[in-house]
Amino acid sequence: MTAASTQRDPSKVDWRDQIFEVFQDHDIKQVYHVPDAGHGRLIEACQKSNSIRTLALTTEEEGIPLAAGAWLGGQRSVLLMQSSGVGNTINLMGMPKTLRFPFLTLITMRGDWGEFNSWQYPMGQGTPKVLEAMGVLLYSVDAADEVKATVDAAARSAFNGGQAVAVLLRQKLIGIKNFGKK
Amino acid sequence: MSPNKSGATLQRRPLVKQLLEGADDNLLVIAGLGSSNWDITAAGDRPLNMPLWGSMGAPVGMGLGLAMAQPTKRVLVITGDGDMLMSLGSLATVATQMPENLAIVVLDNEKFGETGNQATHTSPRNNGPTDSGAGTDLAMIARGCGIADATTVREASEVAELVKDVRSKKGPVFRLVKVMVEKLEFVMPPQDGAHLKDRFRQALLGHP
Repeated sequence: MTAASTQRDPSKVDWRDQIFEVFQDHDIKQVYHVPDAGHGRLIEACQKSNSIRTLALTTEEEGIPLAAGAWLGGQRSVLLMQSSGVGNTINLMGMPKTLRFPFLTLITMRGDWGEFNSWQYPMGQGTPKVLEAMGVLLYSVDAADEVKATVDAAARSAFNGGQAVAVLLRQKLIGIKNFGKK
Repeated sequence: MSPNKSGATLQRRPLVKQLLEGADDNLLVIAGLGSSNWDITAAGDRPLNMPLWGSMGAPVGMGLGLAMAQPTKRVLVITGDGDMLMSLGSLATVATQMPENLAIVVLDNEKFGETGNQATHTSPRNNGPTDSGAGTDLAMIARGCGIADATTVREASEVAELVKDVRSKKGPVFRLVKVMVEKLEFVMPPQDGAHLKDRFRQALLGHP
């Protein structure tokens, strides 16, 4: 290793902090979430940021029109949710296609990799299919060292390419044992 | 028999026209699907109108996202009781942010107008087998969500103050306006969502 060794070793930086860096690189101004353990550390980083407005929603569905309104006003946003929340968004998930505005969502997967809770499986397993059905471009990542590049590519597809994009943060990446911890 | 058992006397179309009178580049308007869309269009289609043709339950969220992105502009959401009932939680989300530049007007005719005037939950109880609701009070819900300045308007004599509050009072302002059930002409804006979005951004930001 030559040039790379002078840079910060990405394996030493938590992938959730790397996502926050991507948000800053892409000038994200509004972040919407329903509280979620998998996204917990990222949500707190956004809440502490001076450049990002962070909103808790009552249901994930609210995040789509919020993103549309932000874009109408010239700001970029991201919706953070769990796979179980995806089902709450589906009708309004048509808005990015109808209005043709850039939309980015990061989804922590449940019912996916060794999930203990049987109630999480139906929506977890349905998540990629329903998003595809609504015309959302899917990225998937299950390795910590690929998170930053994947979220960055997704943000480029959304904000430069004008697409509706979802990144599935697989349960293998998040790890069941980490739920409830930061 | 009057079609307006609620006793409402205000007519939505002249009311919306008054709300939008003299609208300039500082007024950004979002209207919910159906009658509210036709109402703002009847008042005069303009690039800084975002009339929705679908996405029921979306207007308040859109208004909030826009109000946060454009804090120096006035953002006005106009929608109906049926649409508002579909996204009551968005009022609580508005209350977490308390945007000073956001006004929400709900035109409450106690009916799902686009599907044949079936009773919404804001219709009175015991209003007959096909026309009963729960007397749901959307202004009380808005206050309960944390939007302190949420009141109900019923009389023509209150309209001048309504217009002033909606256009300039420190927000968030929520006004429930009881309106008549009427059969009105459809006055339709362009339908293409991408076009509506692009013309709005062009007018606001100088680029699509």
